[in-house]
Amino acid sequence: MSAPTEATDIEAGLLDQQLTAGRLQAAGQWTLFWHKFKKHKLAVLSLVIVGLIYFVALFAEFLAPQDPAKFDPRFTYVPPQAIGWFVDDGAGGSRFQPHVTGFDIKVDAKSFRRIFTPKPSEIIPIGLFVKGQSYKMWGLFDADIHLIGPLEKNKPFFLAGGDRLGRDLLSRTIHGTRISMSIGLVGVSLSLIIGMILGGISGYRGGLVDRVIQRVIEFIRSVPTIPLWLGLAAAMPKDWPPLQVYFSILVILSLIGWTEIARVVRGRFLSLRSEDFVIAARLDGVSEFRLIMRHMMPSLYSHIIAAVTLAIPHMILAETALSFLGLGLQPPIVSWGVLLQDTQNLRAITQAPWLFVPGICVVVAVLSLNFLGDGVRDAADPYAK
Amino acid sequence: MLLYILKRIAGMVPAMVAISILAFTVIQLPPGDYVSTYAAQIAQSGETVDSAVLNSLRERYGLGENVVVQYFKWIGGIVTRGDFGDSFEWNQPVTELIWGRMGMTALISVLTLILMWAFSLPIGIYSAVRQYSVTDYVATAFAFLAMATPNFLLAIVLLYASTMWFGVSVGGLFSPAFENAPLSLAKIWDFVTHAWIPIFVLGTAGTASLIRVMRANLLDELHKPYVEAARSKGMPEGRLILTYPVRVALNPFISTVGWVLPALISGELVVSTVLNLPTAGPLLLQALKSQDMYLAGAFILLSGGLVLIGTLVSDILLAISDPRIRLS
Repeated sequence: MSAPTEATDIEAGLLDQQLTAGRLQAAGQWTLFWHKFKKHKLAVLSLVIVGLIYFVALFAEFLAPQDPAKFDPRFTYVPPQAIGWFVDDGAGGSRFQPHVTGFDIKVDAKSFRRIFTPKPSEIIPIGLFVKGQSYKMWGLFDADIHLIGPLEKNKPFFLAGGDRLGRDLLSRTIHGTRISMSIGLVGVSLSLIIGMILGGISGYRGGLVDRVIQRVIEFIRSVPTIPLWLGLAAAMPKDWPPLQVYFSILVILSLIGWTEIARVVRGRFLSLRSEDFVIAARLDGVSEFRLIMRHMMPSLYSHIIAAVTLAIPHMILAETALSFLGLGLQPPIVSWGVLLQDTQNLRAITQAPWLFVPGICVVVAVLSLNFLGDGVRDAADPYAK
Repeated sequence: MLLYILKRIAGMVPAMVAISILAFTVIQLPPGDYVSTYAAQIAQSGETVDSAVLNSLRERYGLGENVVVQYFKWIGGIVTRGDFGDSFEWNQPVTELIWGRMGMTALISVLTLILMWAFSLPIGIYSAVRQYSVTDYVATAFAFLAMATPNFLLAIVLLYASTMWFGVSVGGLFSPAFENAPLSLAKIWDFVTHAWIPIFVLGTAGTASLIRVMRANLLDELHKPYVEAARSKGMPEGRLILTYPVRVALNPFISTVGWVLPALISGELVVSTVLNLPTAGPLLLQALKSQDMYLAGAFILLSGGLVLIGTLVSDILLAISDPRIRLS
């Protein structure tokens, strides 16, 4: 009885395979791309994480429980609070009420450190979508709803602890996400423009132009980046407004970042130039502009996306290192690197190890961007085995 | 072979000139010039400014003349007299400040590079030969994690861990007792006990990417027909892999010096600031923060020179390992 079923199963399987194969042959490039990308499980997971990180960056004001600049010296290096779920209802039972607890604060007479002991009796109820400090969403309109926070405004609420000035580290890290991740994205777009133009010319024209551009790229890549970045950053006048500093740092990072993209674009152009369909189009009398835009570019997109994804983590690491050394972004701008400046003080981190939180964010962001870029690069050639 | 090396050295000259122009550009970038900054500094400390001294300084650096003249005065001083200019912050010639520290930087960088190769080569080979084994996965996971961690963060975590759990501090390169002692076996040992931490911090990310490079190169080679042919002739597997595919895969691996060395020098700068090492890093950072530009320019020039020398060494190694390069 079982044999025939098995046979039909196999037949069904074969049929299915043929169908899939047929669909694959007829599928467009992006379908193939996605098909291959899905197989790289780590890359798919990374795509989700990167998406989440950019979501946080986009809605920083709403997601952060507090104003990142709000300070309160009473809560210098306050430890992270844990969320409790149930409270005594006074009649021996308990009821559901998410909360954090307040602190007993004592100042050590000798070291002047503040010593925080959780006070279970002081319950601070918390909730979702609570009214808190008002902010200007994207600098456009006023709002005061925060995703999470204490029901009563101005009660202490430090899920990731406090820093030197008693500012909420979680809120600061969330706002830092916006700056650090946008430096990566905007910086890469700048590198992309330079890299595409120079790499394209280099690969398409060949000859002397190609040789000159290649020498320039080799030279730039042989200069130790940090001393050069630092030199350029140090030359910035100290009285520039933060926004101008931000864009200067972007330009400085892109000055070197474009070389990798140019290399990828050039390599693809070189190999495409002698492809049959390109020669056919050229012999047909297609204009140069149309040849590049209509015929060559489509087979470049996925490679460029891969190169860009792999370039973003470099930008993020560079910005972090520069700001960490005090020559990149300056407070009051908050980026992960600026936040990590606080960890330079050994006394501070032994007292408040949660100052490492922005560092963990850097590692997670860079790791997932790297995996994502790897997945995209592997999928970029859907016709390879 | 000698001709090849000479050709390579001749090829370095334009690169060195380009680096010197770059360094000079950085010197010129901040507004105001060296002498006015110097004069302002002296005036601030309440002393009178001797205009004869200022004029002789202006003459020496060619200030007030056009940029090209200034450049040639600067580079001329370096090439003919080894004079990098004065550091106005330290009030000393840059040369006196820089050589010892730059030497330490070079020592740490080269030691790290050697250790990186020593570790990544066998791990990379093993990872490729036993692809998808547990060891391969562990090595890959380590590589990705190490490449994602900024090295200054690793340094701080190590500092934190050693203070919290072992109660020792790990800064510096020598114990106070040996700092100014003459070279001896005990001093070298003291150096070793201190230097492994910066070397470890610096080398981790690079080792990780070198493992990836070696693994990818070797994987490309392992399935080529010549390997099959040697195997079918009954060559022992271990000897087969080491004699043929590894030798081919070694070439791109050696030429990675071109980008590993600049990355090491960059990383050294950051790590030495965190760990407070007596190397070029902290001094450069200080110089940049106070816009002490002749000092900073000298650093950029020298670190660029260091990279060129490293690339030359790797070119020579390549020529030794690959007859196609040596004989062409």
